[in-house]
Amino acid sequence: MPNRSQIQARAAMMRVRFEAAGAQVVDTPLLQPAETLLDLYGEDIRARAYVTSDALRGEQMLRPDFTLPVVQMHMTEGAEPARYTYSGEVFRRQEHDPDRSNEYIQVGYEVFDRNDPAGADAEVFSLFALQLRGLPLRAATGDIGILTAAVQGLRTTDRRKAALMRHLWRPRRFRVLLDRFAGRKPEPEHRTMLLEAADPMGFDVPMIGKRRAAEIEARIDALRDDRDTPPISDNELAGLESLLTVRETMPFALEQLRDVAVDLPQITPALDRLEARIAALQARGVDVSRLDFEAAHGRTSMEYYDGFVFGFYAEGRPDLPPIATGGRYDALTRQLGNGAEIPAVGGVLRPDLMLEVEEAAQ
Amino acid sequence: MTLKLGVPSKGRLMEKTFSWFEKRGITLSRSGSDREYAGKVEGIDGVSLILLSAGEIPRELAAGRIHMGVTGTDLVHEKLPRWEQQIEEVSELGFGKADLIIATPACWVDVETLDDLDAAAAAFRKTHGHRLRIATKYHRLVREFLTDAGVADYTLVDSQGATEGTVMNETAEAIADITSTGETLRANHLKILSDGLILQSQATLWRSRVASYGVGEKEVLSELLDRLS
Repeated sequence: MPNRSQIQARAAMMRVRFEAAGAQVVDTPLLQPAETLLDLYGEDIRARAYVTSDALRGEQMLRPDFTLPVVQMHMTEGAEPARYTYSGEVFRRQEHDPDRSNEYIQVGYEVFDRNDPAGADAEVFSLFALQLRGLPLRAATGDIGILTAAVQGLRTTDRRKAALMRHLWRPRRFRVLLDRFAGRKPEPEHRTMLLEAADPMGFDVPMIGKRRAAEIEARIDALRDDRDTPPISDNELAGLESLLTVRETMPFALEQLRDVAVDLPQITPALDRLEARIAALQARGVDVSRLDFEAAHGRTSMEYYDGFVFGFYAEGRPDLPPIATGGRYDALTRQLGNGAEIPAVGGVLRPDLMLEVEEAAQ
Repeated sequence: MTLKLGVPSKGRLMEKTFSWFEKRGITLSRSGSDREYAGKVEGIDGVSLILLSAGEIPRELAAGRIHMGVTGTDLVHEKLPRWEQQIEEVSELGFGKADLIIATPACWVDVETLDDLDAAAAAFRKTHGHRLRIATKYHRLVREFLTDAGVADYTLVDSQGATEGTVMNETAEAIADITSTGETLRANHLKILSDGLILQSQATLWRSRVASYGVGEKEVLSELLDRLS
């Protein structure tokens, strides 16, 4: 197993390479306000991050990643365009697998640039591939933006689309909603009774709590509206299903997705961006004919990514977490920017795992 | 060396545990005054009684500081994420039965299932600018349950007692708590979600897998297990 100074040395070397690519070195506090992280990730983050507190500043978390504080820093004081690199510890609570580290070093690279998104995607990916050259890794790419475009372009109500978007990152729940909106599941009995009641609010229990009667009524109205909405069509449903199963090398994946776009024309602009990215990757010397593209990649773990996503995985070591991950997070800059926004893409590498994989390969 | 048996130090849980052992010919009692947390064991040699708060027994078992202990399934599952590796169940004792459930105000006629709760949480956050609050002391169990069910836009607020009152006081919108008869829930105008059962708990005798067992303790353990089976 590599020791800490070996890992530090490797991290420093990698950071220097990112500097050479034009990045400015940044650092962020170890303690992060919990509220921002909780708002972004929801309660689940408590299972993954260490929480501490004091009477003055309230709840804080030991930095679970750099992306969030780096974005915040850029949105308040950054110039454009900007390239940042950093290396340092992140902390992840582990409750189920004692073999996973709860503290490790990440080295990262983030690009904030409005001019050439495809070029920036390719820049980040190819720099990562360069850092990882020679290691027995498998790279996989995806694009959350294609799925998002597919959902947002469905011929159904905004309410249904919002519900699907909200659970894009929870595949099981997404599936349940989709089946319901497509009329594949019968309405539960309690729902039928509620919606057919002459006076659903005529109950004999007291109104308690902060959720008021008007909110309950509004939901009942929304459910009644939804019942009168025609189901999502079989064509669109079939399109979404085949979209999610696309798993091919990049050029073939694009071809299959163009076929899907016959049923889901709304994904065409996102596919044009994918095509531009493939060209940009090729221009940077990446062999796209051997690079995997999975339409569902990054759907379960990468909550703030909304476009290009990628990961590098150790071959034959399913026990190891990914060696590097990254992607585009335009929406996150909007969320944290108080009205401002800027397209952004970046990722992180794990020098500890790189050394471990190297040792095993020797 | 003796085999250490941890038992809840007060209340009905202690009394019922004592009578469960009594039926099997082992007399447990508090020595000295009612205020003293020392215990006595009669009817078997080599066992010493340690009186502890029920909430501390899981941790003591997992640390191997006691060999056996009586506490609820709810506390074990909440406090020991990998409990199967640290302790094993010897016997369910048949009392202290309670369900860990999720309850909402009874007036929420539109919320019957977790699916409804999730939809209500999304709308609530939009209206009120903060996530829907669920009061509980079982943070880990509730969070894992809700994550698995795909519920989002909620926040857990800590409540170590009188949890059923938090909704009326508007410090939480829903609760996750232990209930046996549902009486307190009804009195506080709450109802249980139809798929809101997180865990069925009862008082259980556990054995630590990590405590050290010398020759003497092994003999006592096997005699004790014989007597209890």
